[in-house]
Amino acid sequence: MHWHDASEFFAMGGRGGFVWGAYGTMALLMAVEPLLARWRHRAARRAIAERMADEAAARAAAGERK
Amino acid sequence: MHAVTTTSTAPAARPRLSWFTFASPANFYRLAGVLGPAAGIIAAAFALAGLWMGFFVAPTDATQGEVYRIIFIHVPAAWLSMVLYVAMAFWAAIGWFLNARMAFIFARAIAPTGALFTLLALWTGSLWGRPTWGTWWVWDARLTSELILLFLYLGYMALVAAIDDTRRADKAGALLAIVGVVNVPVIYFSVIWWNTLHQGSSLTMGAQPHMASTMLVAMLLLTLACWAYAFAVVFVRARAIVLEREGDTAWARALVAQTNQGM
Repeated sequence: MHWHDASEFFAMGGRGGFVWGAYGTMALLMAVEPLLARWRHRAARRAIAERMADEAAARAAAGERK
Repeated sequence: MHAVTTTSTAPAARPRLSWFTFASPANFYRLAGVLGPAAGIIAAAFALAGLWMGFFVAPTDATQGEVYRIIFIHVPAAWLSMVLYVAMAFWAAIGWFLNARMAFIFARAIAPTGALFTLLALWTGSLWGRPTWGTWWVWDARLTSELILLFLYLGYMALVAAIDDTRRADKAGALLAIVGVVNVPVIYFSVIWWNTLHQGSSLTMGAQPHMASTMLVAMLLLTLACWAYAFAVVFVRARAIVLEREGDTAWARALVAQTNQGM
């Protein structure tokens, strides 16, 4: 290991802004993208559940009218 | 996750060549539900190993100092941006010629992840270029063709989102994706074909790599991490698209009914 302490590690030889700017953005976006995909999946499930509930309600209403 | 007992799909909606290597959407949905999280765990493991190698084992670069460490994510992002485009165009072509529904779903599921890696390749490259070349951006062949790749991804996503009819949107997007694939070899060979500011390949088939072996291992570990990440997130998105399209089928409804009861 060639870092003597934490501040030297974060300084990255005076180029810390560039190095951590690159790594930080990558980490952030790779954390957000799976969340967006999971939300989309959950929304798709919810849409099916709502459609089924609507259809059940419509069937119940049609049954009452008879 | 509950086991699904109903696997029947609407007979009329079955693709003509569904027996040809493609699992049905119902089977894919279940398989991806297992493979996706597994790929995510693999990605995290490779990422930890690669970051440790990259920051604590790989030495300081003799000419660039510490800032070169951006290479460990820049090169994987750039590779994935090209690999995912080829994968997207491949599935688009399969969808186009075999009229297979799952292929179009894969193409659509890959596009946002490909766009993300393209953006990250440009962004990390810019942050690396500023301290080493003295400029954030230059209109040279490598950078310009990578920017065109980003526009191809965004164009594909905008096009399929703009057309309401799913089948027509799939086909129009597929045409764009297939035509755009000519850009990928242009990116890859740009540093050879033109005299560019961008440095040459870090890795060339059949030649000694131009870097220390610990640097190379860090870069390859993070490439595997990005690859596994791409599988994980594309599987989640593909599952979402399957449900968006299969909402009227018996298997999807049974699945939703079962999980809602369990909650």
